[in-house]
Amino acid sequence: MASASVANHDTAAHDHHDHEHHDNFVTKYIFTQDHKMIGKQFLITGMFWAIIGGFLSILFRLQLGFPEMDMSFLRPILGGWIDDTGALDPTFYLALVTMHGTIMVFFVLTAGLSGTFSNYLIPLQIGARDMASGFMNMLSYWFFFLSGVIMFISLFIKTGPAGGGWVVYPPLSALEQAIPGSGLGMTLWLVAMTFFIASSLLGGINYITTVINLRTKGMSFSRLPLTIWAFFLTAVIGLLSFPVLFAAALLLVFDRSFGTSFYLSDIYIGGEALPNTGGSPVLYQHLFWFLGHPEVYIVLLPALGITSEVIATNSRKPIFGYKAMIISMLGITILSFIVWAHHMFVSGMNPFLGSIFMFLTLIIAVPSAVKVFNYLTTLWRGNLIFTPGMLFSIGLVSFFISGGLTGIFLGNSAIDIQLHDTYFVVAHFHLVMGSASFFGLMAGVYHWFPKMFGRMMDARLGYVHFWLTFVGVYLVFFPMHYIGIAGFPRRYYSWTNFEFANMYTDLNMFVSVAAIITFAAQFIFIFNFFYSMYRGRKATLNPWRSNTLEWTTPLYPGHGNWPGEIPTVYRWPYDYSKPGAEEDFIPQTVPLSATPESNLPHEQELVKLELEIMKEDEEVLVANESKH
Amino acid sequence: MEKELKYVDLVEQPISMHPKKFALWLFMVTVVMIFAALTSAYIVRQAEGNWLEYDLPQIFYYTSALVIISSVFLQFAYASAKKDNISNLRLGLAGAVIFGSAFLVGQWYSWVALVDREVFFVGNPAGSFLYVFTGLHAAHLISGVIFLIIVLISTFKYKVHSQSMNTMEMATTYWHFLGGLWLYLFMFLLLNH
Repeated sequence: MASASVANHDTAAHDHHDHEHHDNFVTKYIFTQDHKMIGKQFLITGMFWAIIGGFLSILFRLQLGFPEMDMSFLRPILGGWIDDTGALDPTFYLALVTMHGTIMVFFVLTAGLSGTFSNYLIPLQIGARDMASGFMNMLSYWFFFLSGVIMFISLFIKTGPAGGGWVVYPPLSALEQAIPGSGLGMTLWLVAMTFFIASSLLGGINYITTVINLRTKGMSFSRLPLTIWAFFLTAVIGLLSFPVLFAAALLLVFDRSFGTSFYLSDIYIGGEALPNTGGSPVLYQHLFWFLGHPEVYIVLLPALGITSEVIATNSRKPIFGYKAMIISMLGITILSFIVWAHHMFVSGMNPFLGSIFMFLTLIIAVPSAVKVFNYLTTLWRGNLIFTPGMLFSIGLVSFFISGGLTGIFLGNSAIDIQLHDTYFVVAHFHLVMGSASFFGLMAGVYHWFPKMFGRMMDARLGYVHFWLTFVGVYLVFFPMHYIGIAGFPRRYYSWTNFEFANMYTDLNMFVSVAAIITFAAQFIFIFNFFYSMYRGRKATLNPWRSNTLEWTTPLYPGHGNWPGEIPTVYRWPYDYSKPGAEEDFIPQTVPLSATPESNLPHEQELVKLELEIMKEDEEVLVANESKH
Repeated sequence: MEKELKYVDLVEQPISMHPKKFALWLFMVTVVMIFAALTSAYIVRQAEGNWLEYDLPQIFYYTSALVIISSVFLQFAYASAKKDNISNLRLGLAGAVIFGSAFLVGQWYSWVALVDREVFFVGNPAGSFLYVFTGLHAAHLISGVIFLIIVLISTFKYKVHSQSMNTMEMATTYWHFLGGLWLYLFMFLLLNH
């Protein structure tokens, strides 16, 4: 933490700080309250889950691509789920897709993305010592960890993990007799999700409180980096939607374990009527999708925020349409709550309602298109620097466009009758939500790795990782559109039984091979990540020549982030290549009065006000010093 | 020394709302969302028909009165704390705890009354919903009572007074919120049943 540049008046404070944070191993790495370490904990846990989730997808891709394959070689891991002839158990196939979805959506792209970067970047980029409540933040991680442990255990129980799809629709998920996965596996799923919801809410409350209350001097909302705007709105969405999932899950628990009939009615099993009457399974779908749709934006918005930051920095240009970006994110936030029923066009819902939800859904194309336009115009004629982070950000924009276009088809209630629950949907959301958010996560890791670990990741391995993943993702998901248009439903164990589908065997084989290669390519990243953590090239203080506050901290920031005073902010974070300026970037901490050569007319007027504020600051500092 | 540092930091804050208080408000937002989801589910489900009609237990009127009285006590405690009248503060807090607990007992008897008229938790969702509303609300109210007891204990350590009102303010806000939430649920049930 020692820094020679610290001015005299705060060395005393600095020493004190140093002294206070002599943490032992447990308080530094395990039960830590430092937002930076908690962010890293989320990241490492998220990576662990990404490998598990990816591996599960490889298992069912093997089944889909090579249905006749002898899978006995997988018996050491899967045991009884591979039968004597070497075929994968069909009910376990359902469990595989369920767990893949749950893990990827919640554990990787919610906790691993939002958990990592909201925790890591919010205090650093707004100029705060830590989150509003370090304790709650710690609790948030450990609830997530506990949730993960329970979910992990459910993978290994005898009846298998939950198998009703990641949406766990009743009655399939509510009745133990339905499939093996609806027994203990489903119970563990619900318990794990309860802890996950608690974790998300604790985190979200913290993020919102921190952004609103703990910004440093001068950091007005109109000077916030777009990352922070995105994390903030993500937390707002989570705060409003996760309680609804909790309500839905609570009623499901009552139906499963106490015999109530919220979602169950008139069900016959083996000719016997169940006692449940008066329930409505569509009710569950309404409650679930009221979370489920905003969840898409919980996953996507942080990735979009990270992309804004990375693209602006590496284009050496101010982000195009800063306010338009904020307004479109606000628009997406609001719209995300009033489109949920587009997941239910064929659930027997009133078709008139369907038209309303179709209309609202298509409106989302407007803010999304504004964002795409702004990304492209930021890139346009910029001095592009193709760092791995930048490549992944551009990759995100590509997926956002190609996956977003198919959203316009799916949002139409009439076309959805054909496309609903087919591989077209799978292709759509894996591109626009899954891959785009994953690329945002990767862009974030490559970009902020030097701040996290004080070392650089290897760029060449980064390029190899990017191109294999980028091409791989398109090879996996593009063919799925065709399979989906042909009408093949998702979550089906086998293709070959149907005349219309068995012509796609080759295509499926191709997709599976591409998936395996793409999955294998991720280990390049894993190696790069851990190797660079210890052996990477030492980073400089501001390796990307970026404007935001986190690059003003020491190379290894301690708990409290800045030794001495928190820097004051004088300008927005996107002063790149400002005409007249000496350098092509002006950090947020540089006062307008220090850059008369590049100030715009209205900024020149602000200089006077700024000088007054700085004088007041000086007085506070002097007063503070005299007290020491 | 550390205190002085914090003071300097505080001066630099653009907004002076206490972060913990703010977090409490956000927590209350999540509670609102849970009950908004459940009450909308109630309306959606009710519109589908096959809905058991029954009379609400009369005891709800009494428990509503109890929860209002406990809020009055707490407001009295809050005012006393502001005036540094510690004995009145304890009296008010104790009153709020007692009436709050009485409310919980009353809610239990509402369940007894429901069982008496053969409305069970397991059965038609019309009844099940009522149990979920009251039960989930009671669970939150128990957390409120625990919060009040913690504040009550801290008054004996002279930690609550006009210069140190944060916990007291948070307890008061939360308790009034829970009382209001019950009144909303009761009104909702009166109107939609």
